[in-house]
Formats: sequence, C-alpha cells, structure tokens
Amino acid sequence: MKNEALYNYVLRLGDDSLILGQRLGEWCGHGPILEEDIAMTNISLDLIGQAMSLLDYVGEIEGQGKDHDALAFLRFENEYRNALLLEQPNGDFANTMMRQFLFDAFRKPLYEKLLESTDQQIAAIAEKSLKETKYHLKHSSEWIIRLGDGTDESHQRAQTALDLLWRYTDELFFETADDVSLVASGIVPSMNEIKTQWSKTVQSVLEEATLVIPTNNWQFEGGRRGIHSEHLGFLLADLQYMQRAYPNMKW
Amino acid sequence: MSNKEWPLWEVFIRSKQGLNHKHVGSLRAPDATLALANARDVYTRRSEGISIWVIESNNVHASDPSDADSLFEPSDTKVYRHPTFYEVPDGIKHM
Repeated sequence: MKNEALYNYVLRLGDDSLILGQRLGEWCGHGPILEEDIAMTNISLDLIGQAMSLLDYVGEIEGQGKDHDALAFLRFENEYRNALLLEQPNGDFANTMMRQFLFDAFRKPLYEKLLESTDQQIAAIAEKSLKETKYHLKHSSEWIIRLGDGTDESHQRAQTALDLLWRYTDELFFETADDVSLVASGIVPSMNEIKTQWSKTVQSVLEEATLVIPTNNWQFEGGRRGIHSEHLGFLLADLQYMQRAYPNMKW
Repeated sequence: MSNKEWPLWEVFIRSKQGLNHKHVGSLRAPDATLALANARDVYTRRSEGISIWVIESNNVHASDPSDADSLFEPSDTKVYRHPTFYEVPDGIKHM
C-alpha cells in the first residue's frame, strides 16, 4: 500500500465512530425519556455518517475498490482498530453518558486540529464533523454535570461509570512510530497536544460534577492493535448479520 | 428513586424564512439548558429552524375555553372593524 500510515490512522478514526455509533443505536426505543432516546439516536446517526466518510476515504487510500459498506460489514474482529472504550457495553444511562463524554472531549480538539490538515480530504471531513461533535460534547458534559451533582443515586452511578471507564482513556492517545511521519508532514496533530486539551476539559467538567478521577491509573490497551474485549464480537454479530447471511444484499 | 416529574416546557421555533417564533409543541426537561437541547433534538432534526425559545408551561396563562362565547363571538358581527370600507384613490398603486 502506498500510504500505510495514513490508512491506519484514518481507519482508527472511522472505526471509533462506527463502533460508538452502533453502541449508541442500541438505545433506540429504550431511552430513559423520549427526548433522550431521540438525542442518543441522533448522535448515533451523526457518528455513523462520520464513519461513512472516513471509511470511504480508507477504501480510497487502500485502492482496492472497497467502500464504507465493505469495510464496515466484511471485516473480522481483529481487523477493527477502534479504542476499547467505544465497544464497552452501554450499561446504565450514566455509563453511556460517561463513555460519550470521555470520547467527545477527545474528538473535539482532534477535529479542531485536523481542520488544519495538509490532507484536504481529512480537513473537509473534520470541518463537517466538528459541528456535530461540538454539540455532542455539550450534550454529554451537561449530563455529566447534572448526574454527578444531582441526587445521591445519580452521583453514585456517575462515579461508578467513571471508575469503570477511566482505565480505557489512555488508549485514545495511542500513537505509532508511523504516525510521527504524518505529524511531521502536517497531516495530523501530535497526540500530546490533544491530551493536554482533553485533560483540561475532563478536569473542569468532572470538578463541576463533583466527581473524583480514580487514583488507580492502571490502563487497558489493545483495540488499536486489533486485540479487543469480548464485547466487540457480539456487537459485530449484530452489525454484520444481514451482510454475512445474505452476501451482497442491498435495501 | 424520586418520582418527581420534570416540568413541561413549550417550544417555539423560528424557521429560516419566518420572522416570528411559532409554537411547535412541548417536552419535558429538568431545566432551561436541557430544554433547549431537547428542543433542538426533537424539533429541529429536519432543518426546521434557526432559533429556539422555550418557556415553562407553568408561565403560560390561557383564556378559559368556557369564556369563548363572550370573548370572541361579539366581534363576528362587527365587520366594520376590517379596513375594507375605504375608496382607494386612483393614484395609489400596489394595494
């Protein structure tokens, strides 16, 4: 492949969006209130839309005629490069919002930097996606503040979610040796910059929510290398069933 | 778990061409910020608007439907209140 580093980088972006979009979609018809049911499925569709643009570009870089459908429906578990955070089960509403918040706080500064990418395709996708992601972050932050600084029960649930999900956050800032060349040519920002901004957002929102960042900082990783938790296989079974059972079907 | 219901909010949307905010429906939300967010998600998904107002339904005071006779029917017989009894002078165009 001509540009393997770029292929891998965009694949990570696309898989993050696709897998979180699929997870959020599981709330459809099950939201705690009608308004949130619609909000979560709106966000899910935003993410799947972003995944379509990103995976189409992945197919273009690869140059073997694959479109977003081929990449979404016909890869195996170990070929997915999403971070482990995004495949974690929805749990309760606090858990879903915490996962969303930790991701949105990462995605927003990343898209802001990708706006300046020397790769025009990436810059264009970032421009469209940033508008959506800004709203996602506002929505999830408002909820984290209200759940954390709400009733005893909502505080407890939000803190439990934070304790559970914190160990998946370092992996978001995964960088390979190949990525260094992309940073050098101005195609992508360095993850250090993104992490600084992420930490700022996360700290200020969690503080307002009266939630405490866990001191046990043991971290999982593996998703970026295709080594996933047991949850991804079940998610992909849902996502891929039709295309696997009826190859080449369209509707 | 508390069973207290969230307050009801009335939602007004101003469309791209419209000059005024129009009532489009209502929703439940714990506070004004989330009422605006919910209104955005529920009522502007199909590009319906460029501005949103929300107001707690408690703050809307309505006329009593049983008073409708005395409030509105008297005006039905007063056609002279419509500005249709004027001769438009010849020199005036675009009327």
